[in-house]
Amino acid sequence: MTWLTGNWPQVLELLVGHLVLTVPAVGLSVLLALPLGRLAWRLPRVGGPLLAAATLLYAVPALPLLIVIPVLIGTPLRSSATMIAALTVYGVALLVRSVVDGFGAVDRGVRDAAVAVGHSPTGMLWRVDLPLALPVILAGVRVVTVSTVGLVTIGALIGVPSLGSLLTDGFQRGIVAEVVTGVVVTVALALILDAALVLAGKALTPWAARRARGPVVVSR
Amino acid sequence: MSLLSEAWAWLAVEGRWSGPAGIPARTAQHLAVTGVAVLLGAVVAVPAGILVGHARRGAGWVAALMGGARAVPSLGLLTLFGLWLGIGVEAPLLTLAVLAVPSLLAGVYSGFLAIDEAIPQAARAVGLSPGQVVVLVELPLALPVIVGGLRAATLQVVATATLAAYTSDYGLGRYLFAGLKTRDYAQMLAGSLIVIALALALELLLAALQRAARRVADPAHTSDPSGRRPSRKDHP
Repeated sequence: MTWLTGNWPQVLELLVGHLVLTVPAVGLSVLLALPLGRLAWRLPRVGGPLLAAATLLYAVPALPLLIVIPVLIGTPLRSSATMIAALTVYGVALLVRSVVDGFGAVDRGVRDAAVAVGHSPTGMLWRVDLPLALPVILAGVRVVTVSTVGLVTIGALIGVPSLGSLLTDGFQRGIVAEVVTGVVVTVALALILDAALVLAGKALTPWAARRARGPVVVSR
Repeated sequence: MSLLSEAWAWLAVEGRWSGPAGIPARTAQHLAVTGVAVLLGAVVAVPAGILVGHARRGAGWVAALMGGARAVPSLGLLTLFGLWLGIGVEAPLLTLAVLAVPSLLAGVYSGFLAIDEAIPQAARAVGLSPGQVVVLVELPLALPVIVGGLRAATLQVVATATLAAYTSDYGLGRYLFAGLKTRDYAQMLAGSLIVIALALALELLLAALQRAARRVADPAHTSDPSGRRPSRKDHP
């Protein structure tokens, strides 16, 4: 605790740096995975190879990916852009499957009924498919958020500052308290963001509280 | 793309492919530390998974373990164990074994839970002991999901084994950290490409193993081959 009392401004600064990498990466992952997942769900012939590619991409180790990305997209190695690009690769690879599963979980009867009452294809997406697929997609976003918070720490190895800097700096200088602080604050950040997503999900799907199970049925 | 050709040139240097610091020796180290770590993790995870899976209880407990484990940064575990155990292979090995446990445990547990409850009950009814139910009935049926857990655990471990070189002179990660320190991009890029190739090869191998396990557990293909919930397209 004495280490933390003397160094909390630095921890706070690194926490902000951590968030500045995490939030854009998760946001970009959602923005890219939604149309890709929608496409994969509508066209299984595209979806099969797309999901297979996502599985392979997810298998690529993080530190090597960070080193390869500058060669592929021309960003400097020690930059937030490289970090965010790598984190987005993993985020999209995980989320595409959640989006496909989410749309697949929408009850067919509900979709037929929605078409029958005159929803346009765009209306179907925004007012029927997306709201009903949301719980499954959100579960994926939660997994991506928590694992992204953990992955950001790897950036410290190539010199991108984050809470991971507490881990590398503490290790090199032999300060156990600094490493412990890094681990605890990282885990706490992941859990807080996760809880925030749970609350956001509850606010976005008010019907889920009324019907804990089963698809929403259009009332007659 | 000149960086790529420099990496290629680095790989082609004579002597790179032999000796104790050569690529084959480091690859063997990397695979050995991965294998031992997964094995150590399995020693803890498999009995625990069988215990909770056979009892069909503790779903919340396993979910909490999975969620919590995902939040712990592996670099944090590695540096903590490194400070505690010193420079050597012990700290990375312990870190990797700990990392392997949640995926392996979840694989065994959900594999057991996916079995129709009537099947172990029927096995008990015809006179099998609890031990026989586990070994002869539940383990074979759960095999594809267990191999799925092994696949997830192995990939996570082989990826994180790259970080082992941060606290000890071990594995393929050495090329990355040496390159980072001396700003030798060709070396770290070549090392990265080797690690990526190794991980992808393991992924394809374990995916094939999972398909084989599925054939053994379900020779008649009665269940959905993808192992996922049937989508609306499966019901014409």
